[in-house]
Amino acid sequence: MPDIAASFALALRLIGGGDAELWGIVALSLEVSLASALLACALGLPLGALVAVRDFAGRRAVIVGLNALFGLPSVVVGLVVYLLLSRAGPLGSAGILFTPKAIVVAQTLLVVPIVAALARQFVDDAWGEYREQLLSLGVSPTRAVPTLLWDLRYSLLTVVLAGFGRAIAEVGAVMIVGGNIDGVTRVMTTTIALETSKGDLPLALALGLMLLAIVFALNGAVYAVREWSVRRHG
Amino acid sequence: MASASSLPLEARGISVRFGAVTALDHVDLVLDGMAPVAILGANGAGKSVLLRTLHGLIAPARGSVAWGGSGERPRDQAMVFQRPVLLRRSALDNVKYALAVNGVAGAQRETRACEALARVGLGHVADRAARVLSGGEQQRLALARAWALAPRLLFMDEPTASLDPAAAADVERVIGEIAAAGTAIVLTTHHLGFARRAASEIVFLHRGRVTERTPAAEFFSSPRSQEAAAYLEGELP
Repeated sequence: MPDIAASFALALRLIGGGDAELWGIVALSLEVSLASALLACALGLPLGALVAVRDFAGRRAVIVGLNALFGLPSVVVGLVVYLLLSRAGPLGSAGILFTPKAIVVAQTLLVVPIVAALARQFVDDAWGEYREQLLSLGVSPTRAVPTLLWDLRYSLLTVVLAGFGRAIAEVGAVMIVGGNIDGVTRVMTTTIALETSKGDLPLALALGLMLLAIVFALNGAVYAVREWSVRRHG
Repeated sequence: MASASSLPLEARGISVRFGAVTALDHVDLVLDGMAPVAILGANGAGKSVLLRTLHGLIAPARGSVAWGGSGERPRDQAMVFQRPVLLRRSALDNVKYALAVNGVAGAQRETRACEALARVGLGHVADRAARVLSGGEQQRLALARAWALAPRLLFMDEPTASLDPAAAADVERVIGEIAAAGTAIVLTTHHLGFARRAASEIVFLHRGRVTERTPAAEFFSSPRSQEAAAYLEGELP
């Protein structure tokens, strides 16, 4: 086992030296995770908001269900998506198993409940404040959904970030449906897992550092936007 | 805007309960919109609940509310709340939003919204974010938003309650102009001076019941019900 300090130095050299393999993996990770986060938000934000403002039979069950799916075991999602996309499966003809698209599908399924559950909570709290005013203006609860999502846009950035964080940190499901194929479906997390078990610590460390840097930078950016929004909009 | 009219407004035997608490108890009230009405009463008398029920925001447990003979709430009415809820966008866009959801064509929205802001003296802050305006400006913006819809009937729930005297005076002036322009006004307040200036008729509520409905001039000098007399005694120095 190589010396940790030496591995660290090598890792920093990989990052600084613009190693093509490293950057290819980082780029693919960002690509699939951004795509999944965007897709999950497009589905999850309106879904969560609708559950918050609409009264319907079984609403409580839906809320409990959403909150439970928050902790969805990712390998189960990976397994289900694998079965759906495998050649014998119902969506097998699409032929996207072991491609980045399969990773996007799995990550989106994992992130939708998180985004929907958090959005429901945010919108539910706000609805208490907005409800009478919007109904008085003649806005139906369903019509209020886009209004509320837009009015809470800065708070909901935190939700988007949570979704992206979940997507980019995912290992199990991505390993199952992506297959960790070199140059095709190898993302940061699966590469770290593989390289660590192979003993190639510099590449694993370099990717780990990049992953941390991305998460920190995004959190910082969202924090700054929210600070600005409070000054701008109150 | 729908052609159905909010007036006359007829509330027949309405009762509203929240759990074990009776907020309104068999209230009958007919409004023809000819004179501005102030609803007075102590805290917890049911003023805000009555206003919300007349506006259709609360469905009564018993009795019925009809607007222009129909149980369907027409769109020609608006309400201004004690604390205005403004959207996180500019003052102008808040008014334009209300016009948009009420079916006003895009081309007219800008003009009508600008006119409404100018009438309440907020033309100079049209592009400012609504939620960072002062309390008095926010309330005038809420009035502009309601006024832009050209309502036949306007409810106001303690519109000056959380404002300092100068801001309250500005809001009162705007309310006077809205009434003068032909909108029927129904408001609740704890400021008796404001009620005296703004309303020609007083409806007095006590524990969810209407104890009297009296012309304002007469109410303040010689109220008909004991409850109102006791209230005025306590409120006036």
